[in-house]
Amino acid sequence: MDIPEEEFLAPGHRACAGCGATIGVRLALKMLGKNTVAVSATGCLEVVTTPYPETAWKIPWIHVAFENSAAVASGVERALRSQGKDDVNVVVFAGDGGTADIGLQSLSGAMERGHNLIYICYDNEAYMNTGVQRSGATPYGASTTTSPHGKESFGEDKPKKNIPMIMAAHGVPYVATASISYPEDFMKKVKKASEIEGPAYIHLHQPCATGWGYDPSKTIELGRLAVETGSWILYEIEDGEFKVTYRPMERKPVNIYLESQKRFKHLADEEKERIQSYVDQVCAELKI
Amino acid sequence: MLKVISANRAIAEGVKLSRPQVVPVYPITPQTSISEYLAQFVADGDLNAEYIRVESEHSAISAAVGASGAGVRTFTATSSQGLALMHEILFVAAGMRTPIVMGNANRALSAPLSIWNDQQDSISQRDTGWMQFFAENAQEALDFVINAYKISENKEVLLPSMVCIDGFILTHTVEPVDIPSQDDVDKFLPAYQPTHAYLDPEEPMSLGTFTDPDYYMEARYAMEVAMQKSKKVIKDTYQEFEEVFGRQYGMIENYQCDDAEIILVAMGSICGTIKAVVDILRKKGEKVGLLKVIAYRPFPQEEIYDVVKNAQRIAVLDKNISFGIGGVLFNEIKAKMEVDASGFILGLGGRDVSPDDIVNIVKQTRNPTDTDKINWIGLKEEE
Ligand SMILES: Cc1ncc(C[n+]2csc(CCOP(=O)(O)OP(=O)(O)O)c2C)c(N)n1
Ligand code: SF4
Ligand SMILES: [Mg+2]
Repeated sequence: MDIPEEEFLAPGHRACAGCGATIGVRLALKMLGKNTVAVSATGCLEVVTTPYPETAWKIPWIHVAFENSAAVASGVERALRSQGKDDVNVVVFAGDGGTADIGLQSLSGAMERGHNLIYICYDNEAYMNTGVQRSGATPYGASTTTSPHGKESFGEDKPKKNIPMIMAAHGVPYVATASISYPEDFMKKVKKASEIEGPAYIHLHQPCATGWGYDPSKTIELGRLAVETGSWILYEIEDGEFKVTYRPMERKPVNIYLESQKRFKHLADEEKERIQSYVDQVCAELKI
Repeated sequence: MLKVISANRAIAEGVKLSRPQVVPVYPITPQTSISEYLAQFVADGDLNAEYIRVESEHSAISAAVGASGAGVRTFTATSSQGLALMHEILFVAAGMRTPIVMGNANRALSAPLSIWNDQQDSISQRDTGWMQFFAENAQEALDFVINAYKISENKEVLLPSMVCIDGFILTHTVEPVDIPSQDDVDKFLPAYQPTHAYLDPEEPMSLGTFTDPDYYMEARYAMEVAMQKSKKVIKDTYQEFEEVFGRQYGMIENYQCDDAEIILVAMGSICGTIKAVVDILRKKGEKVGLLKVIAYRPFPQEEIYDVVKNAQRIAVLDKNISFGIGGVLFNEIKAKMEVDASGFILGLGGRDVSPDDIVNIVKQTRNPTDTDKINWIGLKEEE
């Protein structure tokens, strides 16, 4: 795959060492190029990239609030269209909280209206900017500061909300999942999303050393383990057609993934087995 | 029991002692640790409440109205953008007369985005029908939560309360706080017994109905009457609190004002700095005092006037601005009483306010050049 060298997210931003979110943005912008306007929701990415009077964005960028990035992008897209600038990509980068929780209403509206935009949810599976609180995308069993483990609790007690499938239910032309640890797969999907007329949704899994509790040098490894254990599945849905885009040669036990992160350290065997059997069930359906 | 804790922890302790049954909260800096402490209390079995992990502040306050409407004691907490997102439902909570108590960590509003302290967020909710109590320190934060439930749930009042603490300055600073015993709090604040609003199939009632012009004004008038009556309830409640817990509060605090020529009027944590400056200036023979506004709503106009009426001039310090007219507290005081006052805007978005700034405010107030001018403190000159 031909990967452009030009970078549109400058180094020197304030993200933690080994941040998966900024890797994701770099990769996406390599595909989208200069002719792109970015919209961000409040969250880590917005905060670490724009400490006034500096900005890491080499393309035009706007942030308004936490709950409304898809609505802001709707306005941007129509304004560009009204000026005849139909060739400009409009891309949203919003966190899992800004997508699955507080921003779901405005995202649903934008998808339904059919704006020509690419919405990328960078999913680190919690509210990282405010210090690791659970979101709708937090996986079963994870300990966060608002789903802490304790005498009466084993951590998050609900499974991860399936946002990509909710987006697919909107009947939009392109929905995909991706991981920063599979850059070619992700970048191909971004390219496809930019070529499609209408809304595209990409759900990008992105390890976060700070929130998950692992050594920052292991970000890519963690992302790989998620996929190799079947905890995160790479697929796309193009015009309603579902396709798994990467199949691990041999699926690894979920334990390897869980035990490499502090957020799952407290789990008893019983809960780990429950997680394994849930993963087995999903993978069986998809023949992974 | 004396513990060294932050005001966020103090709020959480006050909430735990008040035994709410439903707690819907959503994290936002600098309130977040309130929601985290409460989550941990519940996870550890130390607080027997339904903790609802809502997906936004709009849902946090909506769930609180639902819970309070169903007849239970309810708590939520937020800050800044979150409080602004709640705006629509704040009116509903007050109009439906749900005695919810909320903690607000005072923080600036976007844009540009700032997580640091000023008081624009809660001041901008002044017309929603909520009572607002500004704490100077962590002890007040804890005590005000317990008092707020008793005041809000009083049959003469039935309006929700906001306990405001300055972001970071209080929320993230630790100081010694006396934590009352559960027994004492249980006696002071018995379980909530709703008589006006509860969703009970045995006794069906409709909440949040549609009203035509024949009824709406009376509902609003009733809220104004309740807000006025709350003044006496606040005084009585604080009196009772003092008898049990030994700490004395009022709608305002008079610090060295009785013979003061210049009186500074302010709210929240800045009052600690001002008290220190008053002490220094008094040693030099300057007759200066501080009037701390604790209850911003209901507005304690008689209490304020009683203290400031003999001063030569007063200075009103606002960590907020209503663009085009100036500080909100300054304008409200000017509108309500005959006083010679200067208005100062300061501390917006976390701009530091030093003791020297306070000394300068006293100087400027003594010798005003233009009394209508909005004075900005600590503003950087154009470079
Ligand atoms: C209305 C509103 N509520 C709460 C916040 C506080 N807040 C800012 S970012 C954030 C969490 C962001 O989580 P996510 O979308 O997952 O992005 P991440 O920080 O993990 O990248 C929260 C709760 C806010 N800015 N606005
Ligand atoms: S907390 Fe996580 S997502 Fe946020 S900047 Fe750090 S590594 Fe990136
Ligand atoms: Mg996140």
